Amino acid sequence: MTLTAEPATATRELTLSQALNEALREEMRRDPNVFVMGEEVAVWGAGGGIFGVTRGLVDEFGPERVRDTPISEEAIAGIACGAAVTGTRPVAEIMYVDFTAMAMDPIVNQAAKLRYMFGGKAKVPMVIRAQEGAGRGNAAQHSQSLEAWFVHVPGLKVVTPSFPADAKGLLKSSIRDDNPVIFLEHKALYQTRGPVPEGEYLVPLGVADVKREGKHVTVVGVHTMVHKALAAAEKLAAEGIEVEVVDPRTLVPLDVETIVRSVKKTKRVVVAHEAVERGGVGGEIAMQIVDNAFDYLDAPIKRVCGRNVPVPYNLNLERLAIPQEEDVIAAIRELVAGAV
Amino acid sequence: MTVATLDLPKTVVLDILRKMYRIRHFETKVIELFQEGQIRGSTHTYIGEEASGVGACSALRPDDYITSTHRGHGHCIAKGGRLDLMMAELLGKSTGYCKGKGGSMHIADVDAGILGANGIVGGGIGIATGAGLSIKIKRTDQVCVCFFGDGGFNQGVLYECANIAALWKLPVIYLCENNKYAMSTPIEKSSAVADLSARAAAFGMPGINVDGMDVLAMREAVWHAAERARRGDGPSLIVADTYRFEGHNVGDGQRYRTREEVERWRQSDPILRFRDQMVRQGLITDPEADQIEAEVQDELARAIEFASQSPEPDVETLEQDVYA
Repeated sequence: MTLTAEPATATRELTLSQALNEALREEMRRDPNVFVMGEEVAVWGAGGGIFGVTRGLVDEFGPERVRDTPISEEAIAGIACGAAVTGTRPVAEIMYVDFTAMAMDPIVNQAAKLRYMFGGKAKVPMVIRAQEGAGRGNAAQHSQSLEAWFVHVPGLKVVTPSFPADAKGLLKSSIRDDNPVIFLEHKALYQTRGPVPEGEYLVPLGVADVKREGKHVTVVGVHTMVHKALAAAEKLAAEGIEVEVVDPRTLVPLDVETIVRSVKKTKRVVVAHEAVERGGVGGEIAMQIVDNAFDYLDAPIKRVCGRNVPVPYNLNLERLAIPQEEDVIAAIRELVAGAV
Repeated sequence: MTVATLDLPKTVVLDILRKMYRIRHFETKVIELFQEGQIRGSTHTYIGEEASGVGACSALRPDDYITSTHRGHGHCIAKGGRLDLMMAELLGKSTGYCKGKGGSMHIADVDAGILGANGIVGGGIGIATGAGLSIKIKRTDQVCVCFFGDGGFNQGVLYECANIAALWKLPVIYLCENNKYAMSTPIEKSSAVADLSARAAAFGMPGINVDGMDVLAMREAVWHAAERARRGDGPSLIVADTYRFEGHNVGDGQRYRTREEVERWRQSDPILRFRDQMVRQGLITDPEADQIEAEVQDELARAIEFASQSPEPDVETLEQDVYA
């Protein structure tokens, strides 16, 4: 369930991957300065992208605007930055967020900082798409959730869609944004289906969405944890525990107001993400709640996050390393014990 | 090469001489101001290398791009940067190119095609290559000159970008200013190959060595590379054989090289060399050259006055321009 205002246009069911593909297609039709580049974006599989996000784009827009690159992540990010500052709108794909470690200088020292260092006299309208997250047995170098790295860098925006409609609306907004946007998809969510509005549909950056209303406890979740929180909420509803689920949708800018409004109502909050707990965005969200709603809290803030380990390969160990639905349920039970 | 295009009209001669004097005197003043504590952080002067940047940029059109390095003042002046706005930036003033937020290593004027000095060695290489891609996508016939040093030549990003630029025939001129030292590390200790231009073969692009102390040789080399790029034939590598007369940064004790070596290079001063050559050929007279130098001194004095009198940035600007 989503409480986003009903769009005027018709919707149909799409996967999150298809929704992203539609966003790219629409923005490339709308603006000839938008182009796509990255590893395996044009040909691989059924025609682009290891998860099919760029499928078929080369057929419509040609190889000038849908560019397969060599395996050169630093060049991909650096070229995107240079192309953006000189008047185009690149959408660069880094195949796994883990590989952004190969591309950090152009992202962190160049794209994020040019505008400020140049006294506001440059625009860097670029999107870096990457997918993150565990759950597929890809082990430690292909399963991380690294959003906190980018949240920590002023000048970057950070987007984390969890639903197909949000994915479409947020990607379109990101492409039109005049700043470098790190657009992080979750590899386990590409096949998630949901209603997606046809045609022009924009979700503004910096607006959270209450995915489910409840009065006893708030769960602020990122990516898969939104879905796990919704599943937990469904089960707990049978016991009379009403869980409110808030999806920030963008971590920079962060819609503190919506989160705080929810916490002031429920007085209890769980912050959940798959990224390792230590130094994760959960700490930042929790501190925003402390700063803005401390007096409303009836219980300490709880984090349900990834364990502070590299993601292991073995199925059982991987499952232990990242938070599951039952972990969310356990945290909620602890918070509401004796109160509901 | 058509002779007409590389004609050397007197206006160009005067412009080249003026820009080289601007760099020399600006940088000399920068050393003084840094030692007085008026310029903060670290700063790197271009004294001795004037012919490289000025020669290269004299072959470009106003709408062409450059990317620069930590040693960026000279490139900025060569591409038409204003001394007053640069000096104000170095003094951290609100009237500076970057409103006092960038300083020596981040001076930029995007509208003039100056995509910035860069505090990261090799940091401009991706940006220059991306500018090349946007030129190609927008189908203009601009070019981008990517300045970097013999130190920057060893950064991995150069190899990724030069490969892509050659593959996609991007209009980028990779211009390595080999001034012989990366900080204190001599070229013999950082490259197994003495002839740096030989590296171009690995990318499938032309690579040439040019006397970087000869402004007209630089002008001609860059003009040829630019013509090639404008035709759609792709990138080139130019290695300018040059030398920095001063230390890596202001304050460098230079224990890694001898006074004799520096003195030897100073004997081939690129400004005097060009000036003498032009006077000998009768293209300008000594009084004309003196006049230009005097005008530059006046311009610099006015720039310092402007910078000194300019206001500090308002504290409210601290959080401005992080995002567009």
